[in-house]
Amino acid sequence: MAEPSVELREVSKRHGDTLAVDRLSLTIRRGEFFSILGPSGSGKTTTLRMLAGFESPDAGDILIDGRSVRGVPPNRRPVNLVFQTYALFPHLTVAGNIAFGLEMRRVPRADIAARVQEALDMVRLQGKQDRLPAQLSGGEQQRVALARALVNRPAVLLLDEPLGALDQQLRADMQVELKTIQERVGLTFICVTHHQEEALTMSDRVAVMQQGRLLQVGSPRDIYEAPQSAFVAGFIGISNSLAGRIETVNGARCTVRAADLPSGFSVVARCPVGAGVGAQATVVLRPERIHLSADVQLNGYDNVLPARVSKAIYNGSETQYVLALSDRLSWQVRVPNIGNGQQRFQPGTPVFLRWHADEAVVLSE
Amino acid sequence: MNSPTRPSDRSECSGEAPASRRPSRLLLPALVWLGLCLVLPLFLMLAISFASRGTYGGVVWTLTLANYANVVDPLYVRIFARSVGLATLTTLLCLALGFPIAYYIARLPPRLQGIWLLLVMIPFWTNFLVRTYAWIFILRAEGLLNTVLAGLGLIGSPVDVLYSETAIVIGLVYGYLPFMILPLYAAVERLPVALVEAAWDLYASRWAVFWRVIVPLTKPGLVAGAILVFIPSVGAFITPDLMGGARTMMIGNLIQHEFLVARDWPFGSAIGLVLMASVLLGVVTYLRAEGPGARPAAGG
Repeated sequence: MAEPSVELREVSKRHGDTLAVDRLSLTIRRGEFFSILGPSGSGKTTTLRMLAGFESPDAGDILIDGRSVRGVPPNRRPVNLVFQTYALFPHLTVAGNIAFGLEMRRVPRADIAARVQEALDMVRLQGKQDRLPAQLSGGEQQRVALARALVNRPAVLLLDEPLGALDQQLRADMQVELKTIQERVGLTFICVTHHQEEALTMSDRVAVMQQGRLLQVGSPRDIYEAPQSAFVAGFIGISNSLAGRIETVNGARCTVRAADLPSGFSVVARCPVGAGVGAQATVVLRPERIHLSADVQLNGYDNVLPARVSKAIYNGSETQYVLALSDRLSWQVRVPNIGNGQQRFQPGTPVFLRWHADEAVVLSE
Repeated sequence: MNSPTRPSDRSECSGEAPASRRPSRLLLPALVWLGLCLVLPLFLMLAISFASRGTYGGVVWTLTLANYANVVDPLYVRIFARSVGLATLTTLLCLALGFPIAYYIARLPPRLQGIWLLLVMIPFWTNFLVRTYAWIFILRAEGLLNTVLAGLGLIGSPVDVLYSETAIVIGLVYGYLPFMILPLYAAVERLPVALVEAAWDLYASRWAVFWRVIVPLTKPGLVAGAILVFIPSVGAFITPDLMGGARTMMIGNLIQHEFLVARDWPFGSAIGLVLMASVLLGVVTYLRAEGPGARPAAGG
């Protein structure tokens, strides 16, 4: 593996009485699009501000390109931050904003002009260089903020909730565009967000944080398919869960029996390493991995459970079913709407849920 | 997303514009007050400034331009220049002292901001004359300053500060500093911290952050503070009278002297109007160049 771009070693930061970041260790590869995902108060923003140099760790060390940045102020760090609020200078034009960093580093005037133009091209803002930020739309301001940071070719580009202020459609477009730009410039991007879809779409790897701690790091697929904790499973996408006890372990699979299930039914799922018979466990299953059927046959699936439809919500590309498995247990199932002839289930009707054992994960406590 | 609304679009849509241009009847009391107590006396002064002084004071209505011709007498020009110089120095010192204070207050938690602003305004609870006397007690030969300095063994003989231009500037800065701090505070408070951080993140030293971002974006406060300090300083009367002594007369003292001692109302009026006109001219020029209406400097 190439030399890491950023390394956090046992970094802690206290804000008053709360431990904002708790012994966080992370290694971020060069050229990687890395997202730190977490709810507010998870310590992700504090982590970003420590990388930028606005805050300094109480303990631990941060290395950028192999060098400790302890005590190095923001203006002497090879990183640039795209602010959540964009923080464009309202008294400077688009070109003036983009040129700011280059001017501060005393880049020759002719080079500045060329690089500003190049940055404008990259974010597709040609011809807007003489506008003031107030004359731009939200999406355009976002691009200026991005260009203003990228133009400096920092070792690491930091993004603080980069798409938070954009509306839904624009956000989806910008996710793809940000990823494209990142691949083109090949810089290390570290993005902080509470928006799980954003993190999954853009990132090579995602770190999930909660209350100052790192819960899991991995590719979007790992995080989504193999969450290692109930929090990660619940925070990334929607998941159905079932609390029970491991009944048997058979290699990589185990059977879980739960009080909430109808009597006689149990669930077979992927098993964590070292899980023991009798241990408390939670089965986690994604709503789109469940197949609905009117009959009880397994038909090649490993699991089948009876339920009753409580709600059927049609939302265009899919139908979202809310199913009651028992009085206390309610699951969601999403079925893509693939056209005429597809079987629909009306509220109140009985239905059977079927899925492959590998689609469900068992989290042992 | 590509076409931002032009400013003109908005005014075309708004049907309220004509109504809001009509002066409200609520303004009437203020207009009457200003008319009777400001505009009318000004016209009186203007009339008197073209009259002549009677032998025993008083105003004789023989029209003359002599009063205005007298204003440019080197003696008075020197007093004018001294006034402008001292007021400029006062303004610059207030800026230098007031900016850090305003910035500090504006970045405090809201509850502490209130306390600090109160502290800034507390001097106004006491009469200005009384506070100026207090300064005399501090600065005079056997006053607090000299006692402390002598007590510390820093000086052998008392420093002679009182009754000098230095004393006037000290008094003026003391008196008008709050007028600088308050508008600056309001401007800094509106400046998003993220802009300062953005500049810092974009390789700007603290010095560059200040000159390239903080100063341009707090300019309305700077301009307002400078005007609020300069104008009363240039026409100051109590401070130079009590702290400046006989050798350092400012325009305010000259006008007072003409009206009350020399009993030359026409000349006093002429000086007063010239002062007003030059201050007005200066402020308008300044606002054109630096004020909120001025075009922002292009980037680069």
